[in-house]
Amino acid sequence: MIVKEFRELVRDRRTLGMLVVMPLLLLVIFGYAANFYVSSLKTAVVGPQASQVAKMLPSLFDVTVTEPSGTQADAETLLQDNKVDVAFVTGQTPALALVNGSNLFAAQSAVAALNKVGNKVKTQVLYNPGLKTSWVMIPAIIGLILTFIGTIITSLGMVREREAGTLEQLAVMPIKPSQVILGKIAPYFLVASVDMIIVTVLAIVLFGVPFNGNPFAFALGAGIFLFVVLGLGVFISTISQTAGQAIQTAFFFLLPQILLSGMIFPLEAMAAGVRWIGYLLPLTYFIMISRGIMLRGEPIAALWLPFLVLTVMAVVIFTGATLRFRRDLAPGRPASPARKQPAAAETVGTA
Amino acid sequence: MFGVRSATVRFGHTLALDDVTVEVPGGSVVAVVGGDGAGKSTLLRALVGEVPLDGGTVEAPPKQRLGYLPASAGSWAALTVRQNIDFVAGIYGLAGEELTARRAELLDRASLTPAAGRLAARLSGGMRRKLGFIMAIVHRPALLILDEPSTGVDPVSRIDLWRLVSEAAASGAAVLMSTTYLDEAERAAQLVVLDSGRILVHGSYDQVRAGFAGVVTQTDEPVRAEWAWRRGRAQHEYWPGADPPPGTTVVAPDLEDIVIALSLVRRNEVLS
Repeated sequence: MIVKEFRELVRDRRTLGMLVVMPLLLLVIFGYAANFYVSSLKTAVVGPQASQVAKMLPSLFDVTVTEPSGTQADAETLLQDNKVDVAFVTGQTPALALVNGSNLFAAQSAVAALNKVGNKVKTQVLYNPGLKTSWVMIPAIIGLILTFIGTIITSLGMVREREAGTLEQLAVMPIKPSQVILGKIAPYFLVASVDMIIVTVLAIVLFGVPFNGNPFAFALGAGIFLFVVLGLGVFISTISQTAGQAIQTAFFFLLPQILLSGMIFPLEAMAAGVRWIGYLLPLTYFIMISRGIMLRGEPIAALWLPFLVLTVMAVVIFTGATLRFRRDLAPGRPASPARKQPAAAETVGTA
Repeated sequence: MFGVRSATVRFGHTLALDDVTVEVPGGSVVAVVGGDGAGKSTLLRALVGEVPLDGGTVEAPPKQRLGYLPASAGSWAALTVRQNIDFVAGIYGLAGEELTARRAELLDRASLTPAAGRLAARLSGGMRRKLGFIMAIVHRPALLILDEPSTGVDPVSRIDLWRLVSEAAASGAAVLMSTTYLDEAERAAQLVVLDSGRILVHGSYDQVRAGFAGVVTQTDEPVRAEWAWRRGRAQHEYWPGADPPPGTTVVAPDLEDIVIALSLVRRNEVLS
């Protein structure tokens, strides 16, 4: 029995890979990425005493912008565009420290450090004044739900068709592969969109999460992101023969997105060796968009980078996956010279 | 005339079809028989365009005039019988009263009218195959390809299925079906016996019987075990060309005897 089990296991490459890769992945993630403490805060200092204040700040505050001619409005723009975690506005007593509350753990580190300073600095947390976890988690959870529907549910729906043999039947029918793909994907796209709207509305109603930005920009970001995850779902279905394999493979795609996208652990707190993985994941960019629009009310122009990255990912992944799926649907090369139609059209009665 | 000419299909190093020529005339049923791995499904899938040929040609109608029942379920489990038929009919452009009439006619002929509202997942094996058959012929195809339509189906449903197949052929369709049931194959106008991707014999049942050389005997103790096979409680033994020993009972070979005997000849040729 034991020998039989080992033989089966050795032949099941996917499970074997999971058994070997998963412990290593978890070790790496929890060793290098699972860190809530942000040890370096991107900081801007504006106002007449900007240069002097910048020199006095402790090492926690990594001053990336020093602008003596800058105003409070300039500081708020830098925070809104997520370019800094903290902005000091000098030229007033006490100096004003504006904290970006949408980066929860960075904000918590900043507030803790600023509280030690005492009355010399007045601290004001923007975008998440209560530093509520739900406010930063929910915009990310929306992305997670879209990822779940896009990868697991879509790949299962596609693989079920293969398992039942009906994909083979569709392949011989006069229906274009693009119509099959569209027909398979459209319902999941719609369901995911409805889910997204429900979760967003509930987040606002139940948890008081603000929606400060443009809903259409948010919908556009979510739509592009959906194409990425639906593409992943279609891709998973092309490399899976059974529902079990599809779930297993989707899990491989889902776990790093949950742990390394900045949804739970802040990207800036991760070791550089692991952080780059986060920047390869689509959820990372959706979270940038959703937190940016919902919490900070960022305009679409300021979010051009995550929009661009997601668009490139959508085009590459969705096109690649649908081409693979299309190949599965039309393996017989109908245009092949080996395939002919009889010269005289056959006529039949009423079969 | 539909069919394949000198069809060759390779899967890696395995020759799944080796120079196979099969013609399927309109209005008749051609049965493909053979053991597991003989190449039956590959031949059928080559005809519907699911398997590309490495050599030879396929003559088939456009997809609009092709009907196919795969070896798998052939229907969507979460749809009702009616929804399955309507979905496929829609792809072929049937709608409105034409679809309603066609659906009712086919459900009636397949004795599935009482189950029209039932989910395909809740149908018995035989009913599911009959539903798959209806879906394959709903658009009145010129070429109908059926991959083991009656495998795993109870005897009563097999009779129903065979009646539906005969009716399809009678109305003009060219029908190519694979089967593991040799009694079914005997009823076909033409037989193609495949073994390891090659045609062992083809023609009508009468032609196949007439062309069969050698003698089959019935015995309890076969003289050469490698040329014998069990039939019921007795054993049959094949004597290719040579006369059997005196005292043995010679039997008239049926299709099962002929297929097994020819397969044994092929195996001995390969081994030698």
